[in-house]
Amino acid sequence: MNIIQLIKKLTLIDFIKGFIVTLKAFFRRKVTVQYPEVKTPLSPRFRGKLALMRYDNGEERCIACKLCSAVCPAQAISIESEERADGSRRTTKFEIDAFKCIYCGFCEEACPVDSIVETDIFEYHMTENEQRIQTKEMLLATGDEYREQTIENKKKDSRYR
Amino acid sequence: MKDFLISFLSFLDPQWINLIWSLLQIAIVTICLILTVVFLVYFERKVIGYMHARVGPNRVGPKGTLQSIADTIKLLLKEVIIPDKADRFFFLLSPLLLLIPALAAWAVIPFSPEFIIADINAGLLYLLALTSFGVYGVILAGWASNSKYAFLGSMRAAAQMVAYEIAMGFALVGVLMAGGSLKLGEIVAAQTGGVLSWFWIPLFPLFIVYFISGIAETNRHPFDLAEGEAEIVAGFHVEYSGIGFAIFFLAEYINMALISVLTSIMFLGGWESFFAGIPFLESSVFSFLTEPSIFWLLLKTLFFLFVFIWLRASFPRYRYDQLMSLGWKVLIPITILWIGVECIMYVMQIGPWSVT
Repeated sequence: MNIIQLIKKLTLIDFIKGFIVTLKAFFRRKVTVQYPEVKTPLSPRFRGKLALMRYDNGEERCIACKLCSAVCPAQAISIESEERADGSRRTTKFEIDAFKCIYCGFCEEACPVDSIVETDIFEYHMTENEQRIQTKEMLLATGDEYREQTIENKKKDSRYR
Repeated sequence: MKDFLISFLSFLDPQWINLIWSLLQIAIVTICLILTVVFLVYFERKVIGYMHARVGPNRVGPKGTLQSIADTIKLLLKEVIIPDKADRFFFLLSPLLLLIPALAAWAVIPFSPEFIIADINAGLLYLLALTSFGVYGVILAGWASNSKYAFLGSMRAAAQMVAYEIAMGFALVGVLMAGGSLKLGEIVAAQTGGVLSWFWIPLFPLFIVYFISGIAETNRHPFDLAEGEAEIVAGFHVEYSGIGFAIFFLAEYINMALISVLTSIMFLGGWESFFAGIPFLESSVFSFLTEPSIFWLLLKTLFFLFVFIWLRASFPRYRYDQLMSLGWKVLIPITILWIGVECIMYVMQIGPWSVT
């Protein structure tokens, strides 16, 4: 140990420097957002809860092409389809495991008919384990509930896609 | 107030009045201490929050002031779990062994020239004895828990407390020489006369060493090896829950306050005012600022408590061998050296004190 180190140690110079750092932070402006009352702005591109959309006439958009299920990296989507009475191909089962889903948005990118979309809803929860399976009815209901704001968000983001 | 008590209870024997008076003082000090801890928990979380550039607790009560009360209620309502293979008697006894010395040490603290519970002659010795007594509580807690982590924590705490006790004792020897008395009241009285005649200037190294050993003694950051979360979960109180844990917590914070108040008494002139000895102020309308009062002691104590928390927010934990080498190889030599210097100053009549 040379003499400079010894002086440094005995005068506690490094400690004083550390103290000054925290003291500066003490008087700095606080930027904490009081979450439930105040919320930070969300991007229209925000990827939240998944939903299935309908056409304006109420017909479901999904044509059971299974592209979303194929592209899903977490394999969270499972689809079964059948021919409906009017001859069109529709899903009989469209389930998303919300615990597997990683909200990557690939399904939305892959969908040829803009059926599956991600809303900007992120404040939701389940109280039972079984509720993690989002059935077709639940997804359609979500789509109906947040239809306007989702369409608006997609419009805002459309020129960047 | 005592006169009022005497006139009110005049039918009683004077001995009984003294007893009641002492009990009353003890009750006041204990309640104030517990309130201090309640305040301190809030203060600590708020200060650390601010130093992390966040706002800290602000949900319970106005500005979060009732946060520590909510914490206390939560702790008191929790189930007390006693491990199956633990030594039940010592497991329940050891929190008290830590708390009782921490509270008892306050008996000799002179809060103001008038207010002191027991003005005993060997006040400093009593304090040394009681502050080292706390280590029994820690060792017993670790041993009685019958858990490896708790045992490791208590062993660490014991070695650390014993090591720093020596540096602390030596620092107090310096104070003793300068103050010329073991009575805390007389030590403060020896520092009368302004900021420059307090002991922190002639005893500066001892002042720093005393405060550092005080931090190590209370197992606070950056010397909280005894409860290093990263290595041994929570150290000696890992098996305690509910009230047991609350008592450990209480004892730790009371010890913190004790070290702060002792540092201010022995090195910063206790109840002496910051402005004492300034002739300009003493003759003006602000003369009340220069008078000694409990307020100054509380202000100094609050400053040291802030430093405790400031340290916690600023520095990472010491490694155990660094801790030991700091205690044995740095602090103890410094204190011995400075006692030597002080002896020379004492004989040569340099310094604020004089040989009687």
